Amino acid sequence: MKPNYISEGSEWTFELIERYDQAIGEIAAGFGLDTYPNQIEIIRSEQMMDAYASAGMPIGYQHWSYGKQFLNVEQDYRRGAMGLAYEIVINSNPCIAYLMEENTMTMQALVIAHACYGHNSFFKGNYLFRAWTEADSIIDYLLFAKNYIAECEERQGVPAVERLLDSCHALMNYGVDRYKRPCPLSFEEEKLAQQERAAYRQQQVNDLWRTIPTSEGFELEPALVGFPPEPEENLLYFIEKNAPNLEPWEREIVRIVRKIAQYFYPQRQTQVMNEGWATFWHYTLTNALYDQRRVNDGFMLEFLRAHAAVIYQPAFDSPHFSGINVYTLGFAMMQDIRRICEQPTAEDKAYFPDIAGSDWLATLNYAMRNFRDESFIEQFLSPKVIRDLALFNVLDNEHQTKLEISDIHDEAGYRAIRSLLASQYDLSNREPNIQVQKVDIKGDRSLTLRHIQAHGISLHDESKEVLKHLHRLWQFDVHLETVCDGTVITHQAYTNNDG
Amino acid sequence: MSYIVDRRLNARNKSTVNRQRFLRRYRQQIKRAVDSAVSDRSIKDIDRGEQVGLPREDMGEPVFRHGQGGIRNTIYPGNKEFAAGDRVERPSGGSGGGNASQDGEGDDEFIFQISQNEFLNVIFDELALPDLVRKSLQDIDAYKLVQGGFSNEGIPARLNVLRTMRSAQSRRLALSGGARRRLKEIEALLLEDDARSDPQYPLWLTERDRLKRRVSSIPFLDDFDLKYNLQLKQPIPSNQAVMFCVMDVSGSMDQARKDIAKRFFILLYLFLQRSYEKTEVVFIRHHTSAMEVDENAFFYSRETGGTIVSSALVLIDEIIKERYPPAQWNLYTAQASDGDNWQADSPRCSKILQESLLPLMNYYAYIEITPAAHQDLWLEYEKLLPAFPRNFALRQVEQAADIFMVFKDLFQRRKA
Repeated sequence: MKPNYISEGSEWTFELIERYDQAIGEIAAGFGLDTYPNQIEIIRSEQMMDAYASAGMPIGYQHWSYGKQFLNVEQDYRRGAMGLAYEIVINSNPCIAYLMEENTMTMQALVIAHACYGHNSFFKGNYLFRAWTEADSIIDYLLFAKNYIAECEERQGVPAVERLLDSCHALMNYGVDRYKRPCPLSFEEEKLAQQERAAYRQQQVNDLWRTIPTSEGFELEPALVGFPPEPEENLLYFIEKNAPNLEPWEREIVRIVRKIAQYFYPQRQTQVMNEGWATFWHYTLTNALYDQRRVNDGFMLEFLRAHAAVIYQPAFDSPHFSGINVYTLGFAMMQDIRRICEQPTAEDKAYFPDIAGSDWLATLNYAMRNFRDESFIEQFLSPKVIRDLALFNVLDNEHQTKLEISDIHDEAGYRAIRSLLASQYDLSNREPNIQVQKVDIKGDRSLTLRHIQAHGISLHDESKEVLKHLHRLWQFDVHLETVCDGTVITHQAYTNNDG
Repeated sequence: MSYIVDRRLNARNKSTVNRQRFLRRYRQQIKRAVDSAVSDRSIKDIDRGEQVGLPREDMGEPVFRHGQGGIRNTIYPGNKEFAAGDRVERPSGGSGGGNASQDGEGDDEFIFQISQNEFLNVIFDELALPDLVRKSLQDIDAYKLVQGGFSNEGIPARLNVLRTMRSAQSRRLALSGGARRRLKEIEALLLEDDARSDPQYPLWLTERDRLKRRVSSIPFLDDFDLKYNLQLKQPIPSNQAVMFCVMDVSGSMDQARKDIAKRFFILLYLFLQRSYEKTEVVFIRHHTSAMEVDENAFFYSRETGGTIVSSALVLIDEIIKERYPPAQWNLYTAQASDGDNWQADSPRCSKILQESLLPLMNYYAYIEITPAAHQDLWLEYEKLLPAFPRNFALRQVEQAADIFMVFKDLFQRRKA
């Protein structure tokens, strides 16, 4: 085939970006990648640091913690301790990808393949994102949030809003629904709904806390029913709906924080898959470009160097080791699924009878759409990947003086390692399980949280500080009890007297 | 379908507000860092940013998370020699006990840089400067625009009509001169009596039309005729100043007082540096005799004994005569003392000031750092005030915020 290079130099231009995007887009469509439209934005490194500081939200409300984050990034970047990511991509429709001005043409092409076709199709296809995030309305919602909070700051003063946000942020990880589905609204609808909510909510709260007996004289015995009737895992939701003394604007801000937490929740559950998918596709798409002779050898060498850096996994005893690289693991698994489909070995047929020898594109698509990290690893981590990465499990039991290597990458260990690694990516294992247990409605209005202890791992001392924040929101005594095997083993509290 | 947007020109400092909020929240800690920087730094070095380190635990954002202990499984990559069932020692010191932070690079500290403006702001906060003065000290805006010839590019408001018309005319002449001359000739020929019978007549007619078209096709004004006035940025001509820092180093001046004095000197220095291109600082310390020293010795060496202020004033006078001719230098003096002076010396000081120093000085500021009642020196100085209302100021100072009042006139005059 005659070479038809899109570019040969390392300088990028808007025209070249357009041509690469078009070429990559065509190949991606050939593989059946279903994407949102792309909005590619070229930014400078300072803007990239801004984007970092706001957790990638293109529009964020003002808060000191983002300033801290910014200073941190800036300092690391200046010291050279950290390179900036080549891109940031936002789960929205159109899908916004930031490309850094400093990148070479090759890097821009890699990033386009990675973000604009890899991540983009993942956002559009994965069930968690489909169920939990609204790509169409997120930008609108962030805008609403920013304006609303700015308005509150004007009316209530910055310090009051800042304190409230501090408290909400402390509970942000407990501001997500793990099962119920939220409903999407656009900016205008959200604004209208917000006004209705403010009025309605106050009335509901008042009903809950009404202490005057009703004229009917008929009331359920609170001790029998209890409140809440079922333990509530979404602490911020519970506070928004039930905290006795919050002002309407405070409830709305609690809601904003939990909405944003909810928006990021799928990302936290799909790091391996999301990065693995995007890395797999930038690798596959760029190689297809090379096969069509649209890019030259120089391009490919630079690309491979960058790709190798992205998927580099230092061993556990290397000074550079900082956990398992999600890019490495994800890419290895995606590549491996393709291999199992295309060239299955006897081992693959034994472990994966369903997919060995099947159509790789369909299988990979199915995996991308219907799993999250935990279930993806449980389903698809093959003995070959375990061997390639030489994975092993360390059992750390505080009652024993030594660590035990319980399983390694051998026939006896594959299944154990697969399950252990899967549970390592299960958010419910990574965060303590804490739920609202009860509220003393008729008495001192105290709120009790229950921490269900797993594997004998206790709560970090920081919990005391979090209780302070919880108390600021609830405004009556708060208790936190740790339960192991049905019995309460520790109890801590933050009461009105402590404040 | 993709949209490609160039955002590089968008506002860069989206995080500015967040950054300011962060700085405000940790104001106390930052102030401590700045304070220690002020006492460590040389005066001439004062106007840079500063690296600030805050203890991490002070600024944590707590969340519910797992603590130590329990039973945990962790998967690691890169197994080399382990077999299932092996037992290994816990790695020592792997967790807990962060790195020390001697060089400000440890893990226990959150290090960041504050800018020069932010640094000055913190200093000024304590000095209670009015906003206007703050601003003029922070901004380096010593430029003015001057007429600097002409340019082919510019904005319509700067169009130079005369030059433009002149250039248009010469262009028209250059481009159409030959054609016009020929046109005149032909028109003269056509007017001759026997023109119509000339065999060339039709040719003349067509040539006349062609020439007319040619001439009229040359525009009256063309893009490249436009001339604009060119404005150049020129630094405001400024000259040089010398600042004499005079401090009593007798035993009664303790470190706290010296720190206040240092801020006093810093403020004058910043002012001079903004106003003059070149600022020199001369440090003179005195007890019973005066001596010119370097900055370090000035602030940090202790002497004992009595105090004779006039010795320093005489020394200033000598230095001026020797090195800083008043015709070429703007002279400023900042004197700090605790008010003690040998009794018989005060009238002498007053005399030196009145006769030789004050007439030369742009500004002479004196602070007495003491909560006690005034003594001789102050009383003598006070008598000079009516004679030199514009360039002499004195003030009793107990804390840093009082310092600014000494310079009030100075800053006000600058605004005018």
